[in-house]
Amino acid sequence: MAKSIDVSDLSIYYGKFCAVQGVSLTIEPRSVTAFIGPSGCGKSSVLRTLNRMHEVVPGAWSSGKVLLDGEDIYSPSVDPVNVRRAIGMVFQKPNPFPTMSIYDNVAAGLKLQGRRPRRELDEIVERSLRAANLWEEVKDRLERPGAGLSGGQQQRLCIARAIAVEPEVLLMDEPCSALDPISTLAIEDLIEQLKEHYTIVIVTHNMQQAARVSDRTGFFNLAGVGQPGRLIEIDNTQRIFSNPAEKATEDYISGRFG
Amino acid sequence: MSDEQPPIEEVLATLAPAPAPLSTGRSVRPGDRIFAVLSGGASLTLLLIIALIAAFLLYRSIPAVRADTTNFLTTSAWFPDSTPSTFGIAALAWGTLLSSLIALVLAVPVAVGTALFIAHFAPRRLAQPLAYLVDLLAAVPSVIYGLWGLFFLVPQMVGLQTWLADHLGWFPLFSVGSGSTFKQTMLNAGVVLAVMILPIISAVTREVFLQVPRDHVEAAQALGATRWEVIRLAVLPFGRPGIISASMLGLGRALGETVAIALVLSTNYVISWKILEPGGNTFAANIALQYGYAADLGTNALIASGLVLFVITLVVNIVARGVIARRREFAGAAG
Ligand SMILES: Nc1ncnc2c1ncn2[C@@H]1O[C@H](COP(=O)(O)OP(=O)(O)O)[C@@H](O)[C@H]1O
Ligand SMILES: [Mg+2]
Repeated sequence: MAKSIDVSDLSIYYGKFCAVQGVSLTIEPRSVTAFIGPSGCGKSSVLRTLNRMHEVVPGAWSSGKVLLDGEDIYSPSVDPVNVRRAIGMVFQKPNPFPTMSIYDNVAAGLKLQGRRPRRELDEIVERSLRAANLWEEVKDRLERPGAGLSGGQQQRLCIARAIAVEPEVLLMDEPCSALDPISTLAIEDLIEQLKEHYTIVIVTHNMQQAARVSDRTGFFNLAGVGQPGRLIEIDNTQRIFSNPAEKATEDYISGRFG
Repeated sequence: MSDEQPPIEEVLATLAPAPAPLSTGRSVRPGDRIFAVLSGGASLTLLLIIALIAAFLLYRSIPAVRADTTNFLTTSAWFPDSTPSTFGIAALAWGTLLSSLIALVLAVPVAVGTALFIAHFAPRRLAQPLAYLVDLLAAVPSVIYGLWGLFFLVPQMVGLQTWLADHLGWFPLFSVGSGSTFKQTMLNAGVVLAVMILPIISAVTREVFLQVPRDHVEAAQALGATRWEVIRLAVLPFGRPGIISASMLGLGRALGETVAIALVLSTNYVISWKILEPGGNTFAANIALQYGYAADLGTNALIASGLVLFVITLVVNIVARGVIARRREFAGAAG
């Protein structure tokens, strides 16, 4: 569990349009890395290349290297399905399977990996829901539809679903942007706990959130509309927020951004 | 400040138009009212037409059912114009349901498979023309399917049916008494119906599959689902109510199909499981074939059988709605 990620010279395209250019960064195991930057600078695109979800968009492709503990996840011999099993993802909008019960949602990824005895499934489902701080709220209604939960609960259900398969890395794309402040705090607490076991990369619009939850922060920016986004700098979160190396980062963080 | 200057309120009043009063005297805008009347009127007209049809069928049926000397629902013979008048819809109902059921069983999997292929597997360059072709097939009149069934399909089906009778004859459905020609059989009628309803089922389910939200698909993909698993986790559950509705649409067409059945089936009034033997009948085909020969009572008897078909179709639709509604709680956006 918990592997490192090495990205070198990653460029991301949608058809002919280059959305992100020349990103290199390293992500340590059992750390939280936050991506910040203005919208459209390619944070989501970078995140989605880390588990090969980028390429499901028609016409989307990328160049460069992404290594998971030294193994190239874009090597031709690697099946993207296996990459996604190893690197879980939580989306901006909570997306539990609407026709499935809470239980089945959490078990969905496990069931893809083959049959297991019901007792084992029960255990993993409970453990994952506990880890996602949702167990106490749903333990009496596991057979109810997941879509009936509140937004914050749904997002925690999605986190439970993602961690049920014990991924090496957990990617989160603005997981709190659709949630109220209390649910947001609940998820931030959760990230703090999950960090002990998982490598986490989180995209966020909210700089306080980045400062609160992350160990390292990467700032992305783009020169203008139609220009590719770039990683301006990535460093310890403390340093980024107190004394960044780049002027653009400082401007963005202090709100002096164009 | 001199006295000539108008008070400030007046200056402001000339600058800003007076705010529109909230009350205009009416609480409904005319456009809304016209629309409400038109749409309400249209749906009322529709209900009225259905009620009139039911009333007409009922009005003509009652004398026939009164005159019937046997049980109208359980008798399978059809001699309304003889004395005493003996007729019943048992064989018609049996044949109608059996042929439609065969059609559904054959058509739904193929239709759903085609729809999945077009919506989620085929490259776009192939998917477009395929979708177009399916839509085109859905618009072909049923008499064309009937003729095609009669002259092309029936001869082709002899081999398959012979094989079924030889190898699976122990199974009641496929057993044959003695020397079936395998031509005007229930199975053939079912196959023609299946081909006929396949395009419409496929077209409707395809549209539903295309509307699967990207969220659901990506949720499955991000868990490491293969293509097929994405279909199973995200596409089929979302599409299920659509598949049911489409099947019911197809079933409705199959239940009421007249010409294709009248052309393919050699009709009689026997209730039998043996779908490889010639014979059987349906409401619609019986009405079409008998209408020309029927006297007064016979005509009313046919109308009475039409009423039963009407009720069956209604029940099928209500059941389908029930099935869909029961799943709604779990269906989310699929409604
Ligand atoms: N599916 C897509 N098709 C085409 N262009 C896209 C797509 N998704 C994102 N883009 C473009 O890529 C750039 C980066 O987008 P994104 O990664 O979503 O940025 P962020 O998450 O930082 O807001 C934007 O210019 C956006 O318009
Ligand atoms: Mg984004």
